[in-house]
Amino acid sequence: MALSSDILVSTEAPLTHIQRVLLTISRLWAWLFLALLILFFVVTVPVFSGISFLSVRNSQNILVAIVPVLLLGLGQTFVIISAGIDLSVGWVMSLASVLSALALRNSFNAGAPLPLAVILGLLAGVFGGGIVGLVNGLIIAKLKVPAFIVTLGSSFMVRGLALLWSENTTVVGLPDGVRAYGNESLFYSIRGDHGGFYIFSPPPLTGDMLRQMDRILSWPVVVTILTVAFAMFLLHRTQFGRYTYAIGGNIQAALRAGIPVDRHIIKIYTLSAAMAGLAGFLSTLQFTAGSASIGDPLLLSSIAGVIIGGVSLFGGAGTIIGTVIGALIIAVLTTGLVMLNVQAFWQFIVVGAVVIIAVLIDQSRDLIVGRFSGGRE
Amino acid sequence: MSDPILSVRNLTKRFGGLTAVNDVSWEIAPGEVVALLGDNGAGKSTLIKCVSGVHAPDDGEIWFEGQKRSFSKPLDARGAGIETIYQDLALAQNLDVPANIFLGRELKHRYLGGLVKTMDDKSMLREAREGLKALDIVFPRLTQPIESLSGGQRQAVAIARAVYWKAKLMIMDEPTNNLGVPEQQKVLELIRKLKEQGTPVILITHVMPDVFAVADRIIVMHRGRKVTEKRAADTHASELVQYMVGALDDYRTAA
Repeated sequence: MALSSDILVSTEAPLTHIQRVLLTISRLWAWLFLALLILFFVVTVPVFSGISFLSVRNSQNILVAIVPVLLLGLGQTFVIISAGIDLSVGWVMSLASVLSALALRNSFNAGAPLPLAVILGLLAGVFGGGIVGLVNGLIIAKLKVPAFIVTLGSSFMVRGLALLWSENTTVVGLPDGVRAYGNESLFYSIRGDHGGFYIFSPPPLTGDMLRQMDRILSWPVVVTILTVAFAMFLLHRTQFGRYTYAIGGNIQAALRAGIPVDRHIIKIYTLSAAMAGLAGFLSTLQFTAGSASIGDPLLLSSIAGVIIGGVSLFGGAGTIIGTVIGALIIAVLTTGLVMLNVQAFWQFIVVGAVVIIAVLIDQSRDLIVGRFSGGRE
Repeated sequence: MSDPILSVRNLTKRFGGLTAVNDVSWEIAPGEVVALLGDNGAGKSTLIKCVSGVHAPDDGEIWFEGQKRSFSKPLDARGAGIETIYQDLALAQNLDVPANIFLGRELKHRYLGGLVKTMDDKSMLREAREGLKALDIVFPRLTQPIESLSGGQRQAVAIARAVYWKAKLMIMDEPTNNLGVPEQQKVLELIRKLKEQGTPVILITHVMPDVFAVADRIIVMHRGRKVTEKRAADTHASELVQYMVGALDDYRTAA
């Protein structure tokens, strides 16, 4: 008794050509928007301020600016796909910046060689942040307190600790060599007659020549690129990622499938906070100081980037590349508007509008198809 | 009749003062389809949840494959081979068909001596396609999210998942609910297919035509008690309704 397959074949009416095109646009709009944005600034910036938008230096500035927003966003992507939210990452980044600066300075002063001191700073930042995430995750998963409340509460506590341990100021007195870790780069490009392209270390330069030098892919950017690759691997290629989607899509299904849901949620929040910790450590290297106020303003930008990148706040949907595009859109927008000499406050208004438009476009997909995604109770 | 694969003996489950299941006994043999009938609140769901490890019975025994078992959680029952397909199907809407079939038991590539593991999506897709084919289910595209599938297709995925993982006993809770008529027929055909392949099915329903379409035996419950057990060939719908509303009761005098 063979089942004729025709009945179990999808019963939906096929989409019209226009619907298909609209659907594709709605899926790829973030890419298109980013491309249009860059095109817009490439045309307008030289007209209004007489400099090129897509110069090597400016592109590198954008990449450096993107580092903390993106690192916070990467962890947040996992959290939001699992239908959670992590409001603590901004202050966790601050705390990690303070902790890594303290560890770095104190170990160096106690006689540790600089590379070791930097590694200790890294560990202090990442583990310090990770512990906050571990506690967040434990309370969310085991005590069933909503993530919004837990991470809101812990962000206040972490803020207090960051201010306390930095003695309400920035942690300074880091060894001079730290600057190189945060600001030197993988490649150097020197313009002009005696210019050239160098890997790892620049040639000895003086005065004018130094001004002709562009740093390409500074170390924090390299670390961030590696972290993006790691996050893509983790989310899209491993069981860890599959569980993250499953929990966000249908937590009951995940439980019945025998997925260790509680343990996975704890891991996700730990990962998110550890990535915020990494961001804090990198900012310490970049500014040669630990700052208790560095992360807080970045929290909402990072969430905005994640949402622009197509991660659903209801959970279950989103990609790492989407988050990268979202963070890029915010960074390009901000940098471009500054170069157009638009008053800084306009950045907020524009970014806010883009966030809302992003969600509207995501929601429009059902409208385009002209149906509800059947059976979703 | 061959030896029963599952036998429930004098099972009782109370919730406070309420006796949801009262001294119920029944059996099911391999390749058999047993329909469990009853009005809302008759105790059929509670009875099934005792078998599938959701509830611990207060009294009575559950024997599965000739051994006395007590499942403390649903995963234990599943591990033993008792698969329960609930109305909500327990599928992740955002994942595709292979991901759902292999949810929690993903096939993996291993690198560096098992230190790094990635998902083997290609094998999972192939296995899923073969698993569905064994049930004569053909999908055009398996790699679309479950949410784009129809109710009957989802039901088919849930059944295929249970079959793939070698379910020895399948419990289906109102499987034709919320389905269009052609899809209801498909699901019933799937149940017949399972029966052909020797997998026993317990069907919880109150749709009378479904019962007579697939069931070999029918058990009717009323207010927590088993009120009758009949071969499908020996009864008819109006008689069963009388049992369901409590007008008839084979065991009242015995009690």
